[in-house]
Amino acid sequence: MKSAVIVFPGSNRERDMLSALEKITGTKPVAVWHADKELPKVDLVVLPGGFSYGDYLRTGAIAARAAIMDDVRKKAADGVHVLGVCNGFQILCEAGLLPGVLMRNSHLKFVCRHVKLEVANAKTAFTRKYKQGEVWRCPVAHGDGNYFADAETLARLEGENRVVFRYAEGTNPNGSLNDIAGIMNERGNVMGLMPHPENEIEDLNGGIEGRALFESVLEAVA
Amino acid sequence: MIANDVKITPKLVAEHGLKPDEYQRILDLIGREPTLTELGIFSAMWNEHCSYKSSKKWLRTLPTTGPRVICGPGENAGVVDIGDGQAIIFKMESHNHPSYIEPYQGAATGVGGILRDVFTMGARPIAALNALRFGAPEHPRTRHVVSGVVAGVGGYGNSFGVPTIGGEVNFDESYNGNCLVNAFAAGLADADKIFYSQAKGVGLPIVYLGSKTGRDGIHGATMASAEFDKDTEEKRPTVQIGDPFSEKLLLEACLELMATGAVIAIQDMGAAGLTCSAVEMGAKGDLGVELDLDKVPCREEGMTAYEMMLSESQERMLMVLDPAKEKQAEAVFRKWGLDFAVIGYTTDDLRFRIKRHGEVMADLPIKELGDQAPEYDRPWIATPKAAALATSDVPAPNDIADTLVKIVGLPDMASRRWVWEQYDHLIQGNTAIGPGGDAAVIRIGEGPKALAFTLDVSPRYCAADPVEGGKQAVAECWRNLTAVGAEPLAITDNLNFGNPEKPEIMGQFVGCIQGIGEAARALDFPVVSGNVSLYNETNGKGILPTPAIGGVGLLPDIAKRVTVAFKKAGDAILVIGETKGHLGQSIYLRDILKRREGTPPPVDLAIERRNGDFVRSEIRAGALTAVHDASDGGLLVALAEMAMAGGVGARIEAPRDLPLHAWAFGEDQARYVITLPDAMVKPLLDRAARAGVPASRIGTTGGDELTLGSGAPISLKRLKAAHDGWFPTYMAGPDVMDAQ
Repeated sequence: MKSAVIVFPGSNRERDMLSALEKITGTKPVAVWHADKELPKVDLVVLPGGFSYGDYLRTGAIAARAAIMDDVRKKAADGVHVLGVCNGFQILCEAGLLPGVLMRNSHLKFVCRHVKLEVANAKTAFTRKYKQGEVWRCPVAHGDGNYFADAETLARLEGENRVVFRYAEGTNPNGSLNDIAGIMNERGNVMGLMPHPENEIEDLNGGIEGRALFESVLEAVA
Repeated sequence: MIANDVKITPKLVAEHGLKPDEYQRILDLIGREPTLTELGIFSAMWNEHCSYKSSKKWLRTLPTTGPRVICGPGENAGVVDIGDGQAIIFKMESHNHPSYIEPYQGAATGVGGILRDVFTMGARPIAALNALRFGAPEHPRTRHVVSGVVAGVGGYGNSFGVPTIGGEVNFDESYNGNCLVNAFAAGLADADKIFYSQAKGVGLPIVYLGSKTGRDGIHGATMASAEFDKDTEEKRPTVQIGDPFSEKLLLEACLELMATGAVIAIQDMGAAGLTCSAVEMGAKGDLGVELDLDKVPCREEGMTAYEMMLSESQERMLMVLDPAKEKQAEAVFRKWGLDFAVIGYTTDDLRFRIKRHGEVMADLPIKELGDQAPEYDRPWIATPKAAALATSDVPAPNDIADTLVKIVGLPDMASRRWVWEQYDHLIQGNTAIGPGGDAAVIRIGEGPKALAFTLDVSPRYCAADPVEGGKQAVAECWRNLTAVGAEPLAITDNLNFGNPEKPEIMGQFVGCIQGIGEAARALDFPVVSGNVSLYNETNGKGILPTPAIGGVGLLPDIAKRVTVAFKKAGDAILVIGETKGHLGQSIYLRDILKRREGTPPPVDLAIERRNGDFVRSEIRAGALTAVHDASDGGLLVALAEMAMAGGVGARIEAPRDLPLHAWAFGEDQARYVITLPDAMVKPLLDRAARAGVPASRIGTTGGDELTLGSGAPISLKRLKAAHDGWFPTYMAGPDVMDAQ
């Protein structure tokens, strides 16, 4: 599987993502600079975590207007898989590729800890290697992960099974509506989530259950 | 606009923090009255923070070399060889005064400054830690300072993208008006690609990089060299504002630029900004420096030479570039959206010359600015020895169990989870042991090598006996690295004290340095970098002497690391080292009996080394399942911490030759609690006997309670409620600053 990781000024988990993708897919991903106009031909485009543009203005707001984002939209429309993690999720929402918004954590503090994630929909390109309802451990590290959407949008997301991951066992770390940790677009090829599966891939991390997410895409595009 | 040719009055001299005799020294040196800009430059270079004028004499006594030391004190950070062509670059630095005035920005820029020190030398930061000390919890300002400092540390480090993996958080009324924020950072570099600040070559371009210069932080270093009083609040404009986003760009741009071979010398603009960085680069290289301030990228209009030379705007660097690669270098910085300006060049006349609007605003001898700073041999008196406290003078508690629960829930002993969950401790994906253990462990690349990090000092010991306290800080640091299986390599020290002009404070400083030196020599644990912060006083009252020690250790194989947590039921629990029940200056005495008395536990460095080497060899042989050093609070507290961390209880049998409370809460040094499978106990005891290391079995893991002899079991649930509960409960209280 060929993949690309977009680097924005202030991205800081791009190295974690590049390393995880290489370890799991066996192929070195391409790092793409935000000011470039075009993505290489890949099966998966990743918007990594970090503080693009220092989170100034609003998280993800400035990066969503970067030059490369036009091609991200185009590739998404063509059916290429797009994954946004943490700041990447925020950027996808700001770019209009996913509905809703990520607000300041309800307790107003940055939070870095392991949470429990429930696979709310295992029939997606990003979760097919998980079992429906499976609960796994994954770290979060964010100050703005509090998912919010209006009632109508939320009802649609739920009705169309587009909530992919939910915080489970009372571990919602940020006040997200319906314990939402990750959602996808209508077509199912664009997903965003706040937790960091790329930091849960080897024994050193204390768990390897984040691998299945990348392995799912690997299988889906095969 | 401030004129440059104002009359220099004694009042103006005093406002610049210079003493009359220091001003006379300036007159003698340059043979005329200085201009205002020159006076500003001298005040920046000669204040305590930048010149180490009170501490230099004593710092020279510390051991700074060793087979692994590539670069000791004097550069931006210390450099230590970790084999395979790699080096670890690290340092700790204080940002105490700004953090008290404006907790968030003070702490944030403290973190920014230390990260810059590390990547200036060519290293990518891989770990950050912080030693934080706050006033008494009940002091009205403490909650506000804690909340702001922790958010600031996190706000900067999280955005920059370095894992913040540990440190210390303590409370004491002596910090009521003067908190301590000691920021540590470590970065990884190739041992043959280290960048230094010494300029080389005449007529080479001096390049300004990073963020623009503003009026923030003017005279920050001078403020950091003064005591606080009732007007402290008014000093807020001297605190710098941090921008971690710019720093992250600066990191990437610098590392990219360094890889091109264009950088001849580089120095970050920290305390005293442009002045200090330019003078250091020139003076170290025996070169003059000429700067044209019209070329400096400014954030504000109409800045004078005086303001520009003293601004402490953050996220700025100064470099001497290979002129052949200037275009290439500029392209790198433009790509990252950062300022890049040639603002001057090196000269052969050993002058530090500053021009603004075509006029010379300062023209000073560059070597003397740095080297001829005043140096003081300040009078000192040794801290009087405290009377030893007999165990019989320390009453036993009514109930050991209740006392244990109380101790694990004390402000100084409770879990720091509330703090470190605000720090991204997982970024970079190499965190093998995170916050909360004896030392944190970070994998190097894909392994198998790893590095361990810890920060330690017990200020109450240092206050009671500076020499023993200094020794203990180094020994505990060494022990904490050992406890995870690391070979201790080297240390950085952050020496926080009160006003050195008072002989008793100077005596604390001298004593602690002596202790640190003794321990560092005995344990082959050289001091490779450090920082001194004096004048930590408010309204004439000094802080507890607080020489924080930051240690780095090496694990050849990350698979052979151990944590404090009990792993499973049925493991044998042993104590390594001798328990004598020393209760003087203990947590039990201070916080349960409310007495600050006695001598601190003595540190025998030979025993420390022998016991530690034994534990490390057992860890590396794969024999042990958990290890924890027994320090603050004593043996029973260490056992409770291990049980809580693992969610596994234990049955403990205390020996009968000591009063139970002395055995449980005594703080004897050089001790470790270890666990191992039952079947392996006999061989280990044999090996310990052969090595002359005291070792004894005290119990077995299992269940969900901690049971001491025939006493009533203490449920882990109850211990955890006290341990985990204090910090969040305390911080949920009202912030008086918000209410104002």
